Amino acid sequence: MIKIEKRNDVPMVLYFFTPFIAIILTILGGGIIFYILGFNPIEALKFYFITPISNLYGFSELLLKATPLCLIAIGLSFCFKSNNWNIGAEGQLTFGAIVGGGVALLFYNQEGFYILPLVILAGAIGGMIFALIPAVLKTYFNTNEILVSLMLVYVSKLLLDYLVVGPWSNPEGFNFPETRQFNDSSRMPLLFEGLRIHAGIFLALAAVMLSWFILYKTYLGFQIKVSGLSLKTAKYAGFKGKTMILVVFMISGACAGLAGVGEITGPIGQLHRMISPDYGFTAIIVAFLGRLNPFGIIFASLVVALTYLGAETAQIFLQIPKYIGQVFQGMILFFLLASDYLLFFKVKILSLKKNELRH
Amino acid sequence: MSLDISFIGILIGSIMASSVPLILAASGELITERSGVLNLGVEGMMIIGAISGFALMVITDNLFIAIIGSMLSGVIISLIFGFLTQSLLTNHVATGLALTIFGIGLSAMLGKNFVGIPGKEFPILFSSLKESIPFFGPILFGHSIVLYFAFTLPFLTNYFLKKTKLGLVVRAVGDSPVSASNQGINVILVRYCCILYGGAMCGLAGAYLSLIYTPQWIENMTAGRGWIALALVVFATWSPIKVLIGALIFGGITILQLHMQAIGFRIPVQFLSALPYLMTIIVLVVISRDSRKIKLNTPTSLGRIFYKEK
Repeated sequence: MIKIEKRNDVPMVLYFFTPFIAIILTILGGGIIFYILGFNPIEALKFYFITPISNLYGFSELLLKATPLCLIAIGLSFCFKSNNWNIGAEGQLTFGAIVGGGVALLFYNQEGFYILPLVILAGAIGGMIFALIPAVLKTYFNTNEILVSLMLVYVSKLLLDYLVVGPWSNPEGFNFPETRQFNDSSRMPLLFEGLRIHAGIFLALAAVMLSWFILYKTYLGFQIKVSGLSLKTAKYAGFKGKTMILVVFMISGACAGLAGVGEITGPIGQLHRMISPDYGFTAIIVAFLGRLNPFGIIFASLVVALTYLGAETAQIFLQIPKYIGQVFQGMILFFLLASDYLLFFKVKILSLKKNELRH
Repeated sequence: MSLDISFIGILIGSIMASSVPLILAASGELITERSGVLNLGVEGMMIIGAISGFALMVITDNLFIAIIGSMLSGVIISLIFGFLTQSLLTNHVATGLALTIFGIGLSAMLGKNFVGIPGKEFPILFSSLKESIPFFGPILFGHSIVLYFAFTLPFLTNYFLKKTKLGLVVRAVGDSPVSASNQGINVILVRYCCILYGGAMCGLAGAYLSLIYTPQWIENMTAGRGWIALALVVFATWSPIKVLIGALIFGGITILQLHMQAIGFRIPVQFLSALPYLMTIIVLVVISRDSRKIKLNTPTSLGRIFYKEK
């Protein structure tokens, strides 16, 4: 017999342990999907989760994909902690890449150490400005930030499309929808010869450190956490809600903009239509899987990056469409949310005898 | 002059056609939200409906099975959402997002073998009347049965919510789950039903796209219509009739920008394509500015988790 009781407080150990349950369940679920598709589940799971990182190149690719995910998720954690649902990080990433890429194109025939920092800064500002739109509309016009930030994703992608086929397209590019290749002065330095992993990873690590400091050591961080737990308490304590909303959106947008600029100055090296395989949406999952905790997010970004890589190997070796990655990502979030049940409820399995004794 | 009038008739007919998926999805979501559940998975449920409808049409060569199957697949996928939010008490927003991400991925995976297969012509009703009556012909006749259903749905929904006992139950559950529960209403069961109904309507909306509106399967073919439908519910301040009006406005913008593209208007295509999304933002701002009005009409328990101590 199963008895369910409500817990009075959430045990912290369990809070950080349930994500692992979710990952295990996702792997099991993935095995079932592979079985349905007619593959040996063990073999297929090996292709999916182990083959991609079994060599140095694969490991570098893992870090390469984890970098933007980690950056965006760190930014989102500020929004989600304070109950602001910014789900348009993909748009902020795109707009950041547009602004940063614009600066890079401006300097395409110049050299100088100052160019890359300018490009990066421009990307962060671009993302920040784009995130301010839903924030301002939310604070001053009471508009739902979920829908506005999401609509802006479509707008930013169309703007990028317009720029790369129109005014910014490469004059020597035979009308391909892409800009010029960026000059080396606006490219992220590579960390190792022959691997694609670049200096952008330090931006992500810096963001982790900085966010930990802000969230746990400053008054702003305290305000954010209190507002997330109870808006009424925050109001009662006299926190300026509007400013805080603007700030968390700006932080989040800047992080997404950095991720975008990291992609175009890193592995891509120019602007074109497909600068992000929906990192902005997937980072939402990363933020939750990492429990909105800076260090948890590092771990979660590696796990979710692996679902991207695994999907690519599955496509090459098993001829499964790479969209299976999104299915895995969706499953992770489903299982994570489901396993949260254990946080709020105690599930007791009672033997019948005990029960009878009580009656 | 008569040419112009018949052109306007055709234009209105095409606006109606393009608003159908929005009416269906938004009407379904409206019932779900009226019961206090915020399901942000509309886009995911629509795209699942689109691929399953199209796949079933190709496999069975039967449009009736395809339509029913798309609604069933919407029900099945919304059951995941229902189980998580109602039985496992998960956060509505996060669960809805997961549903959308999962749905888009799953549909692209299932749809891999259906890309590039031509669709089948969907039968239209009263096609002879469409040609013979100027102006009113193309507006009133020559549409698919799904369109006629979509245009009666808001009125049915309105009647259901305002005049039937079950509608009252749904509203009670959305506005005050605790008192509804004390009256002996099974809140969780009512919400499950509303979620599944929303799933069915979103599935149908998706199938309308892949079977009737643009009969083929394209990845991500819903292109944000699910999100626009969600915005429409807010725009309509949770009133079914206003959903119809809002959907027609958005259908109008979509058709207008398509026509502007076609006649080579001197604005870049991408800016015209962005119009429906920008319009959604503008409409949301205008409608939400009056926070009192929004508060008055929002189902009181929208998005909140209901838990009954046993």
